[in-house]
Amino acid sequence: MAMTATAGHAHADPHHIGVVIEHPGPASKRIVTAYGFWIFLLSDIVMFSCFFAAYAVLSGQTAGGPKGSEIFEQRNVAIETVCLLLSSFTCGMASIAADVRNRFWFYLGMTVTCVLGLIFLVIEFREFADLVARGYGPSRSAFLTAFFSLVGCHGLHVSAGVLWLLTMMAQVFAKGFRADVLRRIMCFALFWHALDIVWVGVFSVVYLLGSAA
Amino acid sequence: MLGKLDWSAIPFDQPIPLIAGAVVLVAILAVLTWVVVKGHLPYLWSEWITSVDHKRIGVMYILLASVMLLRGGSDAIMMRIQQAVAYQSQGYLPPEHYNQIFSAHGTIMIFFVAMPFVIGLMNLIVPLQLGVRDVAFPTLNSVGFWLTATGALLVNLSLVVGEFARTGWLAFPPLSELSYSPGVGVDYYAWSLQISGVGTLVAGINLVTTVLKLRTKGMNYLRMPMFCWTTLASNLLIVAAFPILTATLAMLLLDRYLGFHFFTNEAGGNVMMFMNLIWAWGHPEVYILVLPAFGIFSEVVSTFSGKALFGYRSMVLATMAICVISFMVWLHHFFTMGAGPDVNAIFGIASMIIAIPTGVKIYNWLFTMYGGRIRFATPMLWSVGFMVTFIVGGLTGVLLAVPPADFMLHNSMFLVAHFHNVIIGGVLFGAFAGFEYWFPKAFGFRLDERWGKLAFWFTFLGFFITFVPLYIAGMLGMTRRMQHYDVAAWRPWMIVAAIGMAVLTIGVICQIVQIVVSIRNREALRDRTGDPWDGRSLEWATSSPPPVFNFAFNPDVRGEDAYWDMKARAQQQSLERDRPEYQDIEMPRNSPTGFVCAFFATIMGFALIWHIWWMVILGGLGAWATFVVFAWRDHDEYVIPAEEVAAIDRVNLEERRDLVSMAGTV
Repeated sequence: MAMTATAGHAHADPHHIGVVIEHPGPASKRIVTAYGFWIFLLSDIVMFSCFFAAYAVLSGQTAGGPKGSEIFEQRNVAIETVCLLLSSFTCGMASIAADVRNRFWFYLGMTVTCVLGLIFLVIEFREFADLVARGYGPSRSAFLTAFFSLVGCHGLHVSAGVLWLLTMMAQVFAKGFRADVLRRIMCFALFWHALDIVWVGVFSVVYLLGSAA
Repeated sequence: MLGKLDWSAIPFDQPIPLIAGAVVLVAILAVLTWVVVKGHLPYLWSEWITSVDHKRIGVMYILLASVMLLRGGSDAIMMRIQQAVAYQSQGYLPPEHYNQIFSAHGTIMIFFVAMPFVIGLMNLIVPLQLGVRDVAFPTLNSVGFWLTATGALLVNLSLVVGEFARTGWLAFPPLSELSYSPGVGVDYYAWSLQISGVGTLVAGINLVTTVLKLRTKGMNYLRMPMFCWTTLASNLLIVAAFPILTATLAMLLLDRYLGFHFFTNEAGGNVMMFMNLIWAWGHPEVYILVLPAFGIFSEVVSTFSGKALFGYRSMVLATMAICVISFMVWLHHFFTMGAGPDVNAIFGIASMIIAIPTGVKIYNWLFTMYGGRIRFATPMLWSVGFMVTFIVGGLTGVLLAVPPADFMLHNSMFLVAHFHNVIIGGVLFGAFAGFEYWFPKAFGFRLDERWGKLAFWFTFLGFFITFVPLYIAGMLGMTRRMQHYDVAAWRPWMIVAAIGMAVLTIGVICQIVQIVVSIRNREALRDRTGDPWDGRSLEWATSSPPPVFNFAFNPDVRGEDAYWDMKARAQQQSLERDRPEYQDIEMPRNSPTGFVCAFFATIMGFALIWHIWWMVILGGLGAWATFVVFAWRDHDEYVIPAEEVAAIDRVNLEERRDLVSMAGTV
């Protein structure tokens, strides 16, 4: 993997004078997988940014319906946020356990992550169901459309994450800490942390700004 | 049970789609029967359908694009005939059918012809040019291809089951909202693009990772062939732009399915937000298409001029500049919609600025040719034809970038002529150049030059005969998408355009004949050395077609134009390259994951279009289960023993020996 400076090759490379840093060749599978997954996460964040933009455009369009400050319940959002941030920590613990091949701590970390994710989803689902029951569903106004879509898109991602998490636990159970399983655990962890970052955006843009207005 | 689906979905009262659908169905059944009866099915299944080899997947992408080109081309022929006859009359196409045709034409040509064609060429060639054995994620590559095919299948299904959108290829609301388009047409449009969009995103992630992380030893960024650079730029754009399309179509679908108010007229929805979002994807999209074409021209012009590419670094800079600026010009698609003079001025200037790096490229190609030993083989003809055509299209584009001029020409036939001028003259000519240039690499024999040149000249002339009249009609005030018209001054130009369409069609026929003739004469046209054009980059350093592992040894690159350099070096050292010990090679195993996943995606897409909810759940579960089964397998690679590698490699080395002793002597 050494980056060798080889002046001997410089004559074949007319634009370089003197030192040429040679590319060492293809990267390892682990690097390639993680890199590709990062690129996917970036694209996912671009998608979220569209829903953020739509929310910014439509948040004032209440069409005679409720404003954000009238429907947001800060206590619930605080619990949701704590759950998600804690789950990022436990997900990190599970990653470390996987790195040292410790099944017990891996299962424990993943289980706690899963439970925290499910608590988050239940609270969010109840918030949505409550709003719909009060007649403030997504078709009430453009503001509620944008609100349900942005928060719901994040919620769908968390649901997919929980499904993935359970699949990974089953895989470790069946296959152990194989190299490809470890790569998938790494991707899952990246995914879960990225959802946390998106949630910080949702929390700030939707709930904090919305409650103040 | 079957949602909105019943017998009224089949258009029994419309002969044209019904007959067309029947012909296609018979053709498909005939091919399938032939495949089964002749016993080719196991071969097709194990060598192509389940293949994760980037070369095979690339070929299948191009095959899909070619078939869809015929479909989109038929739509074009029907439109040109309609406008030639529909002067003060209804023509032969009723309005609701005509509207479906122009919508389907645009959708098909962009998403299912241009996209798969360039993605296919990138898939086929980029790993070879980088000197590696495969792309970063071979199985995902297969998934991406089959999802694209799913989208194409759904679009074609709309011909006979239900209807296609009548909204134009970008389905602007409020027309595309449920209140104005209650049928399934827009749903066909949106779901087929959502599914194929996932496929495109996968391809984009895959190729970005391949270029950035999988280059052979010594392949520094500034030694990569130009096509790899444009591939990188184009796929960065895919990764950054396609999620916008996904989000926008998801919003439209939420409006239609669940009564949301993103783009409706009621409850505070905002139609202009759709315009902004869709063009924030749509403008980068045209550069996603044309940048790979620029890369192809760079390879072709350099090879057939026998010179290194002029101004390589300025070309790299121009490519990356276009990559960035393409995200800052989207508003020029709706100057007339009231953004105000300041905003219009900024986007007008940005649009003109993007012509500068493009101009740099044109001059670089011209200077590459200057002083070179030019061989006018078919790929070179397409490249020179491109330069002439694209400059015209680029200049009319700069004209349209001037907001006051755009107010006159917006939505006119002038605009139609402009974007066909750049997309046909840029993307399609590039795709054809790449097709002719790399065909021997993919299949091991060259294409017939005589028919290739005929195809070029008919297409080139046919293009101008078709589209120059449309420029003029636009100047005369003709707007686009007219099912009939009453202005006498437009009529002659519509007739000339229809004649041009006939000439273009002859060009397409020539190309089909070219392929048939070349397959028949394939022994005479055989490329034994793997380097039929005296090439410069690494794809020519292996046999044609390349072995499944591409290279027996990952090449060690010492400079730009890696293979040219190797040839020159080999000659200096009187050929005796010391080959190190051959070693076992591990390759990824074939997998039906892509095909099975696309099967479930097709079911799911169809069920979503027709509101068959139990089938949606079934399709979703099936797709998830497919991935779990894939993740559960224990052996994902197989080994090609060193002796086999050595045997394959030595055959090619023998064939190449004479060639190497002659080449590299400039």
